[in-house]
Amino acid sequence: MADKDLLYNYTLHLADNSMILGQRCGEWCGHGPVLEQDIALTNIALDLIGEARSLYQLAASLKGGTATEDTVAFLRDVLAYRNVLLVEQPNTDWAYTIVRQFFYDVFHFYLHSELMNSSEERLKNIATKTIKEVTYHLKWSSEWMIRLGDGTDLSREKMQDAVNGLWEFTGELFMSSAIEQKAFEAGFAPDLNILKPLWQEKVEDVLAESTLFIPEKNYQQKGGKTGVHSEHMGFILADMQFLQRAYPGANW
Amino acid sequence: MEINLEEAFQKRIDEEIKIEPRDWMPEKYRKTLLRQISQHAHSEIVGMLPEGNWITRAPNLRRKVALLAKVQDEAGHGLYLYSAAETLGMTRDEMLAELHSGKAKYSSIFNYPTLTWADMGAIGWLVDGAAIMNQVPLCRASYGPYARAMVRVCKEESFHQRQGYEIMLTLCQGTPEQKAMAQDALNRWWWPSMMMFGPNDDNSPNSAQSTKWKIKRFSNDELRQKFVDVSVPQAEILGITIPDADLKWNEARGHYDFGVINWDEFNQVVAGNGPCNKQRLKARVDAWENGAWVREAAVAYAEKREKRKQNTENTNAA
Repeated sequence: MADKDLLYNYTLHLADNSMILGQRCGEWCGHGPVLEQDIALTNIALDLIGEARSLYQLAASLKGGTATEDTVAFLRDVLAYRNVLLVEQPNTDWAYTIVRQFFYDVFHFYLHSELMNSSEERLKNIATKTIKEVTYHLKWSSEWMIRLGDGTDLSREKMQDAVNGLWEFTGELFMSSAIEQKAFEAGFAPDLNILKPLWQEKVEDVLAESTLFIPEKNYQQKGGKTGVHSEHMGFILADMQFLQRAYPGANW
Repeated sequence: MEINLEEAFQKRIDEEIKIEPRDWMPEKYRKTLLRQISQHAHSEIVGMLPEGNWITRAPNLRRKVALLAKVQDEAGHGLYLYSAAETLGMTRDEMLAELHSGKAKYSSIFNYPTLTWADMGAIGWLVDGAAIMNQVPLCRASYGPYARAMVRVCKEESFHQRQGYEIMLTLCQGTPEQKAMAQDALNRWWWPSMMMFGPNDDNSPNSAQSTKWKIKRFSNDELRQKFVDVSVPQAEILGITIPDADLKWNEARGHYDFGVINWDEFNQVVAGNGPCNKQRLKARVDAWENGAWVREAAVAYAEKREKRKQNTENTNAA
């Protein structure tokens, strides 16, 4: 069995990504461009938060004591959150939302494909459930990439703008934090270097079909994985944690 | 000839045979239903907004997931109902245009603000509770597509209502601050919920015809009374007080008596002067306008793909 602290911290990497992206997707609920897609994106939010719950429950059990999924999710401040910068980026518009989703879905898909072979049974079980959901997310966001990239001049312009705007947050997905590196060495997490070319190939294929381009400017931001987030993160947590902070210890 | 058709139509209704989209129906029946079903659909999608407002702030993960799923259910209800209304000869886009222009109405209850988490409980308990009272009889409405849509809607609504009541129960068993929050939500949502049943029977001009057509099965006042009778013991279990000094059991009637509804407030909200009318409509219009490029691109892409497919087929044939 894996070292408890290491597994706890690694689990947070996974959980926080899905939690924060789920929170962002949830912001769309009631405001989507068409009712069917409002429902689809809410489904994705539900899947992501559902996955985060399984992971937070695992984290809470590792932490022991009075820890619950909620104390782990609601009582850590910005610096202790481990999600990548990509998932905390604002919704902006439907184009940014789709591109952010697509970039993450490709990563999420290959990550869980590998985690299905994890030596850590509990991660393996969560990945086996998650992969089915992520397969659908990836299909959905890929189709929207193509539909909007190859739609009208206006939609193409908006999609290219979103690709350009979000590209600098994709590199961090593959920059191993010390925890991810140790988790890989301990044998229960995948090598991110193996995921990178898979991600790159899939992204290039879909972008080509979408008539979109990878921007030439390729400087990559980082920091989320070590708690150095964008300014957006404080506001996300302020919303999310408000009731838990305002009424400490209350049951809801 | 026309009279015979009407007589045959009424006979079918009296015999409880469902009217289906291809059947002959009086123009006024069609219009009445179209107005009612589209209003109901609009209420579902406008109704997503006051609760959607709390998704990012739900107090724990279980509540967040339940709220997301609930608001999503409302979107689904909107879909079934728009589809049912479309069978009467109006497209969803046309119905939405009427909502956005202010011509079509939606339930006034959604023009009130959601200020605290307890409002998620009160809406589920009272607003969905009142909606169920109104809607269960609609599962037997004479128009088939509407009745069938309502069967699905009602199943989910009763789940929402239990969920809302459970939020209230948790708050009422919680800290004094939480219980005060629950009482405050009851204070604010009680009277608007009572108004959901519509004007008093002596002031409801279209009811008689709707009853004859079996679109309506119970009068507004009958349903309102039922709502009060059911809600009073539920409030007692919660240990909070319904904000009505005139509320008391009437042994002779076998019902609770209750105070006079402030119809002036109701009329003001219907006329567009409720606390959130402008905000709600703006949110819907913004969603529609901001989504225009997405919908246009989806159509353009579908056309391109169709053309490419035909070109390939032509090439293959040649």
